[in-house]
This record gives sequence, C-alpha cells and structure tokens, in this order.
Amino acid sequence: MKRLHRFFQTPEAIAGALILALLVIMALAAPLLFPGDPQAIAGPALLSPFQHWSLPLGTDRLGRDVLAELFHGARTSLAVGLTAAAAALLVGAVVGTMAGFAGGLIDEVLMRITDAFQTVPSFLLALAFVSIVGPSLGVVIAAIALGAWTGPARVARAEVLSIRERDYVAGARVIGMHPLEIAFREVLPNALPPVLALSSVIVAAAILTEAALSFLGLGDPNRVTWGGMIAEGRTVLRTAPFLSIVPGIALVLTVLGVYLAGEGVVESTAVRRSLS
Amino acid sequence: MTALLSIRDLTVRYRRGGVEVTALKGISLDVEAGERLAIIGESGSGKSTLALAIARLLARSARVGGTIEWSASLLQKSQSVTPPSGLPAISPARGEIGSLVAGSPSATLETGESRDDGLISPLAGEMPGRVEGGVPERRPSAIGDNNIPLLGRDIGFVFQDPSSSLDPVMPVGKQIAEVARTHLNLAWADAYAKAKTLLERVRLPDPEAALRACPHQLSGGQKQRVAIAAAIAAGPKLLIADEATSALDTIVQAEIVSLIRGLVTEDGMTLAFISHDIALAATLAERIAVLRHGELIELGETDQILNAPRHAYTRTLLDAHLGLDAKPLLDRQGASA
Amino acid sequence: MTVLAVSNLSKRYRRGGKPFAAVDDVSFEIGPAETLALAGPSGSGKSTIARLALRLLEPDAGRIQFEGADFLALSGAALRARRARLQMVFQDPLAAFNPRSIVARVLDDPLRIHGIASRSERPRRIAALLERVGLDAGLAARAIHEISGGQRQRVAIARAIATRPSLIVLDEAVSALDVSVRGQILELLLDLQRQERIAYLFISHDLGVIRAVAHRIVILDAGRVAESGDARTVIASPQSAIGKALVAATPRLNRIKTP
Repeated sequence: MKRLHRFFQTPEAIAGALILALLVIMALAAPLLFPGDPQAIAGPALLSPFQHWSLPLGTDRLGRDVLAELFHGARTSLAVGLTAAAAALLVGAVVGTMAGFAGGLIDEVLMRITDAFQTVPSFLLALAFVSIVGPSLGVVIAAIALGAWTGPARVARAEVLSIRERDYVAGARVIGMHPLEIAFREVLPNALPPVLALSSVIVAAAILTEAALSFLGLGDPNRVTWGGMIAEGRTVLRTAPFLSIVPGIALVLTVLGVYLAGEGVVESTAVRRSLS
Repeated sequence: MTALLSIRDLTVRYRRGGVEVTALKGISLDVEAGERLAIIGESGSGKSTLALAIARLLARSARVGGTIEWSASLLQKSQSVTPPSGLPAISPARGEIGSLVAGSPSATLETGESRDDGLISPLAGEMPGRVEGGVPERRPSAIGDNNIPLLGRDIGFVFQDPSSSLDPVMPVGKQIAEVARTHLNLAWADAYAKAKTLLERVRLPDPEAALRACPHQLSGGQKQRVAIAAAIAAGPKLLIADEATSALDTIVQAEIVSLIRGLVTEDGMTLAFISHDIALAATLAERIAVLRHGELIELGETDQILNAPRHAYTRTLLDAHLGLDAKPLLDRQGASA
Repeated sequence: MTVLAVSNLSKRYRRGGKPFAAVDDVSFEIGPAETLALAGPSGSGKSTIARLALRLLEPDAGRIQFEGADFLALSGAALRARRARLQMVFQDPLAAFNPRSIVARVLDDPLRIHGIASRSERPRRIAALLERVGLDAGLAARAIHEISGGQRQRVAIARAIATRPSLIVLDEAVSALDVSVRGQILELLLDLQRQERIAYLFISHDLGVIRAVAHRIVILDAGRVAESGDARTVIASPQSAIGKALVAATPRLNRIKTP
C-alpha cells in the first residue's frame, strides 16, 4: 500500500500508469466492443476518419474498421511485449545466476554464449529466427526474447557475484544446502531488483521489435498488429496518411507509457532504499 | 574550568520508517574546555546522535529541541576577522592553537559563563541541520556567525569507518591539505607541507609515501590515522571520536587511543570520545557520561564512575566487562575441561 | 579422541601480484566439549582458518580430520550431509541471514535439509529450538530484520544447534553485541556446551572474552601459530611478542574495589 502511494508521487508515474491502464482496457475490451473478426470488411474502402459514426477512425484499403484493428492490435502488442520481456528476464536471470554463482568453466561457457548473442543485433536475430521457423505468435515472442535476455543475464551475474560473497550464502553452505537451492532460493531473489529495473526498457523494445517484424510482414498473419497496420497504410501513404499515423501514435504512446511507469517504479524504490 | 560548550535540554527526534524515534531526551551536559570526556552507551543509547548533534551533522529531517551553546571566547580566535559570509579567514600562523586569543572578550572568559554570547538556536527550538562546505544551510536568524562552530575548523570529527569517511580515489596528502587550505587559508604548497607534518604527527610509517597513497593502499589502522590527521588539520578546539577504534583490533585500538591522547594533550584540544566500551573509555577519559535509551543517566569523574557508580545501569555495564582480571564464566558455571 | 584435528594447514593468496600466506603451517586439535580460542590481530589468519575448517575455502596444503575421518576427502552430497555436525555462527547476525527470511524459515532449512524432522513435526521442533536458546516461540513468524541483534544471534545459535553438531565455529560471534547481551550469549554457549557436549572453535580478538570462556588458546600472527596452551596460563604470562602485545593492549578497568 505504501509502495503504491509512493509510486503515484511523481507525475511521470501517474501519466505512465494512465496510458498503460488505457491500453489494458483497450486490449480487454476489444472482443466486447468489436466482436467478430477485426479483419472482416466493415464498410467502403479508404473511408477517412470521422466521416461515419459507426466507423469513427475510417477504414483501410480493404474496408476494414481501423478502430477495431487498433483495439485488437493492442492485444497483440501487449501480449507479445509482456510475454517476450518476461521470457527474456526469466532466461536472463537464470543464466546470469548460474554463471555468477557457479563460476569457473560454467561461467565461461555461459558468458561466451551471452557474448555471441549480444554481438548479433537483436533485430537481425529475431528476423532470421522468424524467417526460418515461420511466423506465428509464439515464434515471434521467442524471437524477440532471444535478443533481449543478454542484458538481464549480465546484470544478474554482476549482482550475484557480489551476493555470493555474503555471509548468508556461506551460512547456507554451512547448513548443507544444495548449491542449486542456494543459487535459486537464497541468491536469485536478492539479485532480482536491479534486473527488474530493466523490465520497462525490455518491454518497450519488445513492443517495437514486434511492430517492426509485423511491418516487414513477419508477424502472425492471423492477428492484427499495429506494425502490420502501418505496413498496410504505407502503400497509400499519400492519399490516406491516417492509416499509418493512427497505429504509429498508438505505438509511441504505448512505449512512452511503459517508460514512464518504469521510471516511476525505479523512483519509488530508490526513495525506499534511501529511507532504509 | 570553562565550558567549551553547554548542552541544555537537547532532544533529537527523527522518523524511521514512518515511526518517530526519540534518539535523545533532554540531555544537559557541559563539555569543559580542554577535558577528555567519554560518552558511553550501548547501541540505541543515542551516543552517536549526540556526537552528530554537537558537530551539527544531523540529517536535515531530524527534529532538534534544546540548545547547544558554544563559548564564543573559546571558539576560534578569528571571530573579529571572520567575514559574515562564514567563509574561513584565519591568519596562516595557526601554530598556537592551544593558546587563547588576544582580543577575545576576557570578561566572558573570567566569569566562565557564556550564557548570552553563544546561543546557537534558542529561537525556533531547532538547529540548522547540517553543515556543508563550511556554511550552514539554514542559518538561524539574529545570531552572529561567530559563535557557530565550523566543522573542520572548530570541530574535528573522526568516524568509526575510515574507509567511508575518506575519499577512495584521492591521495591522502591532498585530502588532508584540502582541510588545512580551506580552514587555515594556506597556500597549496604550505597546506601540503602541513599535511606531511600531520602524517608525521599521527605516526604513519613513511609519511612521504603516505602522502601520495590512496586510502585502499593503507591498512585499517593507517586509514584511521589519516582520518585523525585530517580531523586535526585545522587545529580544532574539539575533537570528536565516534567509535573511532571499534572496527580495529585490540593492538591497533590501543595504538590509536594512545595517539589520540597524545595529540589532544599536545594541542590542548577538548576530546569527546564516543564508545560502547567502558574500559576503553576509562583508559582515556577524565570524565565519563553514560547514556541509555537517549537519556544521560550518569556523569562523573572516571574514578567515581568506575569505583562508585551511582546508577545501577552503570554498575551493570562495569560488571559485564570481561577484563583480564574478571572471574572466567567457565568457573562461575562450575564447568571445566 | 578429538573432534577436529588440523595439521600443517596452509592457504596462500595473491595480493598486489605477490603471493602471501594467509595461513602458514597451522596445526591444532579440539576435543569434545572443549573450547579452543583462536586469537590474533586482524590479518593474522583467524577467519581464514575458520573458513578452511568449514570447507568454505579449500586449503593449499594440510590435513583436516573431523570426527576421525578425512574431512577434505568429502565432496558433494557426502560433504553436505557431514556439515550437519560442523556448524558456524557469524559475527554480524544481520548479514548471516537472507534478508528476506523469517525466523521460522531460517530454522526450518537445516531440519528439512538433513531430514531431521518431518514437515508436520518441524513447527514444534522450531519452537523447541527457540526456547532452547532463550527466545519466545512466538518469534518464529517474525522477519529477521525485525528482531534485535541479540535475538538474531540467538537465532543463529539455534540454527547451528538444530542439526546436533559436535563442533561450532564461532567467528567473532559476540564482538558485535552490546556488553549486556554479550554476557547472556556467552552463558548460553557455555550452557549448550555442558548439555550437548559441543566443542567450540572460538575466534576473537578480545582476550578478555577468550579468558572468560575458552579452555585453550592458539595465538596467531601473520598466519602462523605464535604460541598456544591453556588459555588462562597463556594470557597470564604470554611468551610470544604478539601475545604480550595483545595482553598489553587489552583495556583494563582500574577499579579500586569490586562491588
């Protein structure tokens, strides 16, 4: 309760939370407000926004409802962004903890693998992965996580290296605890805070990467995505710029919201640390 | 004796995790000029808060009531020279720290009363929190700067952990010279020469090399010697040692204690020695103040405290001391190998 | 019959590129229900020896016999099982526990790991352990950071005795405590020693405390044994230079009469 209160102390946090709340409501309300297939034809093609009351944001080249697409696109963006970030954080934290805690050869091997992933641009990695395996929601999530887990892994390892030397880890060894239990029960939870601080950056990057993949036609073809909408609108950019601008604005607002909320969390925990 | 500072009804409260904690409750205490006073107590007794309050180092959020009056005449001699800005402007010839100043109001000195010339903040019942860069952030109105002691110039403070009180990446010579330069208005070369003299005075082996050493290259005891050198660099009237030897082993602790005793005697400084160890405090102090739960429960000459403690708690502390003459616990229990 | 026999133990580190011996050819023995003190200035190797004896560090040379078996030969599950008999209490009771844990979890771990009590039986055992070290059983639900330093050190002792060890390493275990609490903790340790016949490797820089509780003493200097013998005899008339310096540096209360 106190944490929540402190979180809402900063205007950034409030703005971020509001944007994210709006986004979540959009995603949850999409099937209720726009039941049926958002990719179905709803009216005449290329209807400009605010022309018809039932199609407030107009229609695209094929006559699909842009507002319905926007709402359903929010589902994809959030689902992919959050899941990919969660997967990246989980993999990163586990790899980093193993490397930092085990040391020696295991550390060497794990960190060289991390290096290998980090030297390849993460977008190229995602691109290559989706091209090979074929586009579907799960594959896109995996592709994005593949390029995003190295940061959390490095942060977790650095934190674990310092925690490893603390007395309570020695204490856990003295009572005969299994090394894996020490690593994941004693060390990992205490190494998490700085790793979680990365989450807003990773979620934002994942949403952008998903949009970029969809823009290139590598998104799940059965789902509406904002990146796909921008790609759709690109061909008629001169005559119907709103088709690209509307999902573009949604994307910018989403990333902004994630950043601001993340900033708010960091700020509120920083206050808590300085108090204790 | 003349009181260097008089603490009257000092109360310090601060908030910790939403709960208000009273660290000090109505402490009244005179610190006599030139005496060695030990302030002892267990954890949570408020002894460190008292030290910080005297040095005006309390966190800004701390709520302070009561007064700490400094004897104006006993503070630095440069009162008349000190510009109102509070910046130090002290004549470079600061060798004679111990001697009292010509030109200070001798009447005050004679009477030994400094009631009306040294009030720090009787006004709002609050003290300015901390001193930064030598200038108090919030200065109480209507009071001259003269009687506000400057940390570094008038008060030397030695903390428990020298690793955190010294700049880890600055050579120690520079750190000490910085203090001398700031407060004594010395040219850099003179300040650096003084730093070397100070390192010799705190008996660091090879002071020449130590000047250029960074703190991490020194042992714990050596770092504490450097911290002491920095604390006395400006020739303060009062040296506060807050658990200055607690992190050191017995042998180094004894060396540092004897160093402090020597320096205090040579320079005529007043010493406030904060410690949890009554035996250690007794080896150094002429008077001992015993704190418990933020209250001053006993104050007396060292001999009296050791041999005829008035308060039961003081007796408990004495009895709990395990000296080399105490009856071993093993025997008391009747178990032996 | 010895509980722990350490012979010719050595551990070298590199400091500033140069090798130096933290522990150099150290030997000693501890018998059942005996307290052996390791004393010496900081950097003399006391804590390193403690960590070597507990296999938290691996020695470069030397032998460690624990309860008659080669302790250095153990590894993996065998070593973890053996650890039940050799416990440790740290100097800083706050640093010795996972900051997120509660008292019950701290005491539950050793009971669970060594299969000492079934899940349903453990809460009762935890309560008994807390009472054994003079704490209220109701403390079990409290977080480690909520209780006082003295209480934490009692919890640390409860954790150490949970597995019925034959030896507990006490690494400056009372140095961070207030004097009034320190006396009680020392009494508790002595009481446990009498009841359970636990041997202590008592590491301290404070000769006064050592004299109060230890049977024998080993004084270390720069990683080597400077002198050893009966604790009171050695402290009364130290022979080595470092022993003399330690005795001379110990603060004394010059009380004319004892009340």
